[in-house]
Amino acid sequence: MANFETVVVDTDLLIIGGGMSACGATFEAAYWAKKNGLKVAVVDKAAMDRSGAVAMGLSAINQYIGYAAGDNTLEDYVKYVRQDLMGISREDLVYDIARHVDSSVHLFEKWGLPIWKDDAGKYVHEGRWQVMINGESYKVIVAEAAKNAMNQAGFTDWLFERVFIVEPLMDGDTCVGAVGFSVREEKFYVFKAKATLACMGGAVHVFRPRSVGEGLGRAWYPPWNAGSTAYFTIRAGAEMTCQEVRFIPVRFKDGYGPVGAWFLLFKSRATNAMGEEYMVTRANELPQWAPYGLAKPIPANLRNWLGMEDVMEGKGPIYMRTEEAIANIAAAYKDDPKAFKRKMKELESEAWEDFLDMTISQSLLWAGSNIQPEEKSSEIAAAEPYFIGSHSGASGAWVCGPADVMPADYQKQWEPLGVYNHMTTVKGLFTAGDGAGASSHKFSSGSHAEGRIAAKGAIAYIVDHNTAPKVDDAAVNKMKEVILAPMALFEQHVAMSSDPDINPNFIKPKMFMFRLQKIMDEYVAGVSSQFTTNKSLLERGLELLTMLKEDSAKLAAADLHELMRAWENTHRMWIAESHLRHVLFREESRWPGYYYRADFPKMDEANWKCFVNSVWNPKTGEWTIKKVPVVNLPV
Amino acid sequence: MPSYVILEKCDGCKGQDKTACMYICPNDLMVLDKEKMKAFNRAPEMCWECYNCVKICPQQAVDVRAYADFVPMGASVVPLRGSEDIMWTVKFRNGNIKRFKFPIRTTAEGKAEPLGGFETGTDDIKSPVLCTEPASTGGKELPTLKK
Repeated sequence: MANFETVVVDTDLLIIGGGMSACGATFEAAYWAKKNGLKVAVVDKAAMDRSGAVAMGLSAINQYIGYAAGDNTLEDYVKYVRQDLMGISREDLVYDIARHVDSSVHLFEKWGLPIWKDDAGKYVHEGRWQVMINGESYKVIVAEAAKNAMNQAGFTDWLFERVFIVEPLMDGDTCVGAVGFSVREEKFYVFKAKATLACMGGAVHVFRPRSVGEGLGRAWYPPWNAGSTAYFTIRAGAEMTCQEVRFIPVRFKDGYGPVGAWFLLFKSRATNAMGEEYMVTRANELPQWAPYGLAKPIPANLRNWLGMEDVMEGKGPIYMRTEEAIANIAAAYKDDPKAFKRKMKELESEAWEDFLDMTISQSLLWAGSNIQPEEKSSEIAAAEPYFIGSHSGASGAWVCGPADVMPADYQKQWEPLGVYNHMTTVKGLFTAGDGAGASSHKFSSGSHAEGRIAAKGAIAYIVDHNTAPKVDDAAVNKMKEVILAPMALFEQHVAMSSDPDINPNFIKPKMFMFRLQKIMDEYVAGVSSQFTTNKSLLERGLELLTMLKEDSAKLAAADLHELMRAWENTHRMWIAESHLRHVLFREESRWPGYYYRADFPKMDEANWKCFVNSVWNPKTGEWTIKKVPVVNLPV
Repeated sequence: MPSYVILEKCDGCKGQDKTACMYICPNDLMVLDKEKMKAFNRAPEMCWECYNCVKICPQQAVDVRAYADFVPMGASVVPLRGSEDIMWTVKFRNGNIKRFKFPIRTTAEGKAEPLGGFETGTDDIKSPVLCTEPASTGGKELPTLKK
């Protein structure tokens, strides 16, 4: 594509993405870069005001410790995450995020986010760690503060929106920036940077979703999260961890509206077709997942699992008993009809805001189905699998922890590279949010705090390595050719067929995505296989995935939008392969409500209480996978 | 069809190089047909129904028709977003209507003060203390674990 202009941007720190972690990183970088006389560039495939997973808004902040006020301790949070992830977490990272998250939440409040408060002026909690917000504009406010921080610090021309980053730029084993293209004009971008922070979110649409018509887009996590962070770090040669630990949310069926308020705030039960509560009838199964199954709170994946077993035995549907929960609340007001009416009005508003702030589709589904929650239960179901290391999954890169907390066994890996907080095992490459693995339960606020941590780590790295990045122009030109190839291929062959989407010489991104989703769904424990797989299925899946990978060279794009789709789906395919290899390697079932190995149906503490880490070697194209011991913090 | 454009109301943002909906859509779905001067959603099946195009449209020309593959027909959910709050009108299949109003921010638009009035306790780039800390944590010093 000779007519694509090449735009070169020279910077010191490159931040890729525009979501919560990227905004946290931008905010923090503005401060430390200015102090140290360094430049920052931020590149986002969307518009920062509404990009990332919080684009629609949120109804709660799920991580707040309140440690300074003595509400909870950091140690308690570390134990909570350890428990929920069945013993497998980077406790140094969890501790570090927890000690910074309150700062981010307090800043959100100063910036203008309405956080609910009680009469004493304390935040209103949904659960122990969750605080309620009026969060329609959560993302707008956080983006605004990041932009104001940069602009007030005197930075200009630092934000590149609607530029899609495809690939890391490497100088040997050091990351020196990134390349991509504008989705608005025919421009190829080369960002040269002394450090690069990858914050492009998790992955959706790797597995076939339950809805495959128009509702394809109604994923629980947003469909624009295409695995680009994982792709970027894997392709740079970074060590990945917990790539097997996907997340399956149980939500209101089809609309995927949040259930947290119903479970935590309204104390609702979930029951099956017989009216049985699977958390009660199946409680005797929990000891086989000890010690995690016996401690409170019961891990999300085990709660999922007990419900899934009911469905597998034909005891569905599973209902959220909204009418019963409201009746219970009403009973408390039985002697005071006026107070009851007031309480009901308040509850109704809270229940609807929960949807309208973050899953408007669920409101449409309830309104379309004439659902009055005080009259009728609503179905809940396990959604398709997602990659979201910031929530209750754990996939992502293996990153350096904070020098004052990181256990020596972890730290020794970074001593030859440099101990910089949140640097991956590739020099100059940092990540946060869904990009950093084994540090789950950071959610929106913790991702923001983690972006800040990583940005400061990256600036510290640049201060110590302040030399111009070496970039090989011939290699860049080759990347440009490869990245734009789908458009060239389309142009070359489109004229021979009556249908621009059907052509023996190429495959369009949408069908490529469906092919990936079918493989993952049927062989790698998706919805249609009841989240269950085994060695033979995985090996067959890998065969099919290998042919898909070969065919990725034949992706074709009619325009810039499709070119982005082509590369997004390539990114999805790589996180899919990484996931499959990890699931195949771990010969046990540790998170049964996320996936279940039918050939290894039990958890095996003696052999598998460890991380599974992998590296794809950019020079040889080979994968290596290994076990890494978990080091507990003394908490 | 998830979000769709009401042709009568859309003015293509009066011939600017991009429309408001194109600017904001996180999934790059909204496009301007320059011949008709009307915006449209190019891939409704990839729409998350995040309503950002609906909220931003100066002509209120974008609406959402619920996913036809699982939602019974007849409902609508319409926002009206101001600078301080948002009004929602929810119309049920049976014609019932509910209205809700929620605050969206406590500061004036554009006025988020980045450092929030908090001092930063260190200039040391190697320290784990982030900008605005420890003041913004509420504590006197950043906690650590003795290794």
